[in-house]
Amino acid sequence: MKTAPELPRRVRTLGPFVLLALAAPALHLALRAAGKEYCLTQLTMAAYYAIVVTGLALLMGYAGQVSLGHGAFFALGGYTSAVLTTYDFSRWSTALEWARDARLLVVREDLYGGHLLTANPWAGFFAAMVVTLSAAALIGYPALRLRGHYLAMATLGFGLIVAKLLTGSNLTGAADGINGVPEWNFAPGLVVSGKSAVRGENYYLAFGLLIAVLLLLRNIVHSRVGRALKSIHDGEKAANAMGINTARYKLKVFLLSALLAAASGVFFTHYTGGIGPSEAGALKSLRYVALAAAGGMSNLWGVAIVSLALNYFSLRGWFGSYDNAVFGTLLMLIIALAPSGPLQPAAAWLRRIGLLPRTRDPSHHGAP
Amino acid sequence: MESGALTLQYLLSGITKGSIYGVVAIGFNLIYSATGVLNLAQGEFVMLGGMLAVTLAYYTPLPVAIVGAVLLVAMIGCLLEWSLFRRLPRHSVLQLIVVTIGVSIVIQEAALHIWDEKVRSLPYFTGNEVSSVRIMGAVISPQVLWVLGTITVAVAALHVFLKYTLTGRAMRACSANPEAAMLAGINIRNIRTLSFGLSAGLGALAGCVISPITMTHYEMGGGLAIKGFAAAILGGLGNPIGAVLGGLLVGVLEAGSVRYLPAAYNDVTAFAILLLVLFVRPHGLFGRPTGEAVREH
Repeated sequence: MKTAPELPRRVRTLGPFVLLALAAPALHLALRAAGKEYCLTQLTMAAYYAIVVTGLALLMGYAGQVSLGHGAFFALGGYTSAVLTTYDFSRWSTALEWARDARLLVVREDLYGGHLLTANPWAGFFAAMVVTLSAAALIGYPALRLRGHYLAMATLGFGLIVAKLLTGSNLTGAADGINGVPEWNFAPGLVVSGKSAVRGENYYLAFGLLIAVLLLLRNIVHSRVGRALKSIHDGEKAANAMGINTARYKLKVFLLSALLAAASGVFFTHYTGGIGPSEAGALKSLRYVALAAAGGMSNLWGVAIVSLALNYFSLRGWFGSYDNAVFGTLLMLIIALAPSGPLQPAAAWLRRIGLLPRTRDPSHHGAP
Repeated sequence: MESGALTLQYLLSGITKGSIYGVVAIGFNLIYSATGVLNLAQGEFVMLGGMLAVTLAYYTPLPVAIVGAVLLVAMIGCLLEWSLFRRLPRHSVLQLIVVTIGVSIVIQEAALHIWDEKVRSLPYFTGNEVSSVRIMGAVISPQVLWVLGTITVAVAALHVFLKYTLTGRAMRACSANPEAAMLAGINIRNIRTLSFGLSAGLGALAGCVISPITMTHYEMGGGLAIKGFAAAILGGLGNPIGAVLGGLLVGVLEAGSVRYLPAAYNDVTAFAILLLVLFVRPHGLFGRPTGEAVREH
């Protein structure tokens, strides 16, 4: 049998990152040439969603756990920062003098020229991280000591509670959600905002973040934590016997994955200028699970690409009124027919006919 | 109304809803015992039962419509097992849960496209919206009696079926020890299909009797499934009496919370109970911790 030449290790590791980093400007130029630069907005949003899904894929593909509440973590992040950056603290102006001095609160103008005292978006971001971390620990700590499906059911219940609370309380704008979230001066010359003047910058920021997250996850998978997770995957009892605290590793991955979802929610909220309760809904959480499954779970690259593409199509309205049906069908069929994802069998086939380079060890489990 | 009667009023409303959760929980148990699948599409059977009965009631008398809806949904349940779950023997519990969620979304979306997003309901079985019955100071709709009566009869019939008929015994044998059941000549595959059909039919019946009170809506299944699951966990997975008691408890607590919480937070109580039970007593209120059943290590 004819075998394709093997690529050096470094090329195999960094190749995909370079490819994605090159694909982003290429896509930008192509869209500009076609006069469809407005599509960058949906691509940016899809990239933020892809961060949620890759984080979830780490949990599903490597720790063998399913979270049915990642929409809730996304919303928790988005809402925390949205509430803090839109709530007017001026009635406690004197008591909060210290917070103003520390630049935690900033004065800004609202649409009508009035003055608002609201949280600095950076403070909002860190507050969102703290809130999400606490909530995730509260759910994950007990659930991960039980059997696999308990985390699934607990996160599902948690997600429904969050969605109900967000829809029911006035602080979060009830069913309307929160609008008028200010832009975020993320770095000098880089503002997270949906204004069309900064569309290009935001597009590159979102893709840059996605690539950074993929790099982070790749390194985790190849670290001590990753090896521990792999041993859990191959045989949990044996891993326990070897002294690996399996519950702790699973919890760590769960927390990281929830934080990624929340961080993505913060960026998304500043980018779109608002957030609504549907982001926390069970259907959103299930959509993330469907996308992670469609990408092959333990194949982080596959997950990132598939979720970018499908979320983009969904945001552009390609699926029409069948939007949820598409993701439901995907969820059902992929887990039923190809639990390791449709990409792996496809890649194996491409390798067999020589279109893809062979990996050193075909049984090697899911390096991204 | 004095406070005793008011409490009774809340209690009855809780029991009515709780009996539906109990039926969903029994459906969970039936399928879980026979196949090991935690079927989160259970709530969709309730929705489908109500929807089909409403549609059939245009053309046929009410009792015929209900029987027809129950039979149709039972067939859908059987078909689901036969076409999907029967073919997934190597899947983990977790993967099967995710598959059932996919099924539930697909059924829900199909219902949205077949019917629409409007709320429907069957007519009251006796009387109408305003007719009422007075019991010890509490005022209830006669439909509540229909719900409680029907559910009681259905649960009793299920109990008799499982305890005294050959097929019912085969079903129990199957959940106790599939290999031994197979050796005894029981066709496990058929039993599994039957368990799906039975639990779907039971759900559909609940969907019909509750329809005049809570209305039928294409989105109602998801919440019911979670509350039914909460009830099943509360009663201990696989314990049928526990499922009924768990359902009633969830319903009563939910109705009671209406007094103290804003109505928008209604469902929060049930989900909070679910979380609490999952964490504090994952083997249920009435079960004994067996170690293996819930704990992985």
